Amino acid sequence: MSTYALPTALAEIVDDFQALTEPDRLQLLLEFSRALPELPERLRDHPELLEQVVECQSPLFLTIEAEKDDDGSPAAFRLFFKAPPEAPTTRGFAGVLHEGLDGLTAQEILAVPDDMPELLGLTRAITPLRMRGMTAMLGRIKRKVAASARLQS
Amino acid sequence: MSYPVEQNEKFTSYAHPERLVSTEWLAAAIEGGALGNGKLVVVESDEDVLLYETGHIPGAVKVDWHTDLNDEVTRDYVDGNAFAALAAAKGISRDTTVVIYGDKSNWWAAYALWVFTLFGHEDVRLLDGGRDKWIAEGRELTTDIPAPAAGDYPVVERNDAPIRAFKDDVFAHFGKPLIDVRSPEEYTGQRTHMPAYPEEGALRGGHIPTAASIPWARAAAEDGTYRTRPELEALYLEEAGLAEGDDVVAYCRIGERSSHTWFALKYLLGFETVRNYDGSWTEWGNAVRVPIVKGAERGSVPAAAR
Repeated sequence: MSTYALPTALAEIVDDFQALTEPDRLQLLLEFSRALPELPERLRDHPELLEQVVECQSPLFLTIEAEKDDDGSPAAFRLFFKAPPEAPTTRGFAGVLHEGLDGLTAQEILAVPDDMPELLGLTRAITPLRMRGMTAMLGRIKRKVAASARLQS
Repeated sequence: MSYPVEQNEKFTSYAHPERLVSTEWLAAAIEGGALGNGKLVVVESDEDVLLYETGHIPGAVKVDWHTDLNDEVTRDYVDGNAFAALAAAKGISRDTTVVIYGDKSNWWAAYALWVFTLFGHEDVRLLDGGRDKWIAEGRELTTDIPAPAAGDYPVVERNDAPIRAFKDDVFAHFGKPLIDVRSPEEYTGQRTHMPAYPEEGALRGGHIPTAASIPWARAAAEDGTYRTRPELEALYLEEAGLAEGDDVVAYCRIGERSSHTWFALKYLLGFETVRNYDGSWTEWGNAVRVPIVKGAERGSVPAAAR
């Protein structure tokens, strides 16, 4: 599979992973887990605004928000994740999706292939079972973005 | 046993106190320079494959249950060659005392310990309370990855029979006690996977006929340590109905949580014959012409097995 449909930031992340050996890919995922931003205060105090992705081995909560300008351009979607520090793998992938997708339009996010997590080259090192949670996380974001975009159009 | 066994009041009441060490004991051993000469090796084994990298007990090496202990193509554990190579790379020799710890009250650590036992590694112990207790006590962590001198490990063929049960063994076992260590929802058949965990593709929900339900976590106290012997006896003897000398099989979904219970039954309560059925519900729940029971009742021995 080629990476032509990937938004620029996500394509760069995929290239970074693919350029590395397997142990270094894990190390890079760990760096993404550390880089995952904290929730803004308004969400931190309102856990009910976040949805749990139950397919992940460790608790992961996420939500999206559409930011619409008045100039008629399509809304940019902001992504928010919450995962405990004891779940670095889950946090790492949330970090990848945050850096790769945050601020993009619905069209760009929905064009990301569902099996994009496989492109990171982590399946063997992380095992297919753990990869399933990652795929579910992307699927959940796309479903929420699609629903939100329908409401706005 | 190559490294001195810890003596304390809680452990002494267990059948095999030499199988546990406390966080105090381990911290003192590390302080005293026990690591580095190959006599004592500390192993971390977690559910999350990256958790070790976020910080671990100084000097500890990592063994990942999925990638290090499972065979990639067969639904089985690694063979004697692969285990010898893994052990040697981690600085473990055949006579090394191995202390294993991990996250989630040691459930993956107990699994790794069980696999070490399949290879007959003599002195392998669990850190009571595991990773969470060590951290809760504010003990030292490091992200430094040790580079141990290679251990000298012989190629030992796995001996599964004493502690591992296969599906056919479970059929032959009917009439003797089975312990189901999954959540009550999985036992009754309401769901086929752990609450908040991924669906792993079991077709039917329920339990193996006659199995008693004792969720694994009930054997652990709030701080992740094993419960005391009287508490464990109340759980497995009174509630599950086990009697001294029983031959027991424990199972869960893929065999990881039941390793935690296997350890409690074998080493803390002293049952001689305890086997872990690692095929567990992902095999039994899907197998053709295999009887199950739905609901909270244990059910009776299937007619075909009488």
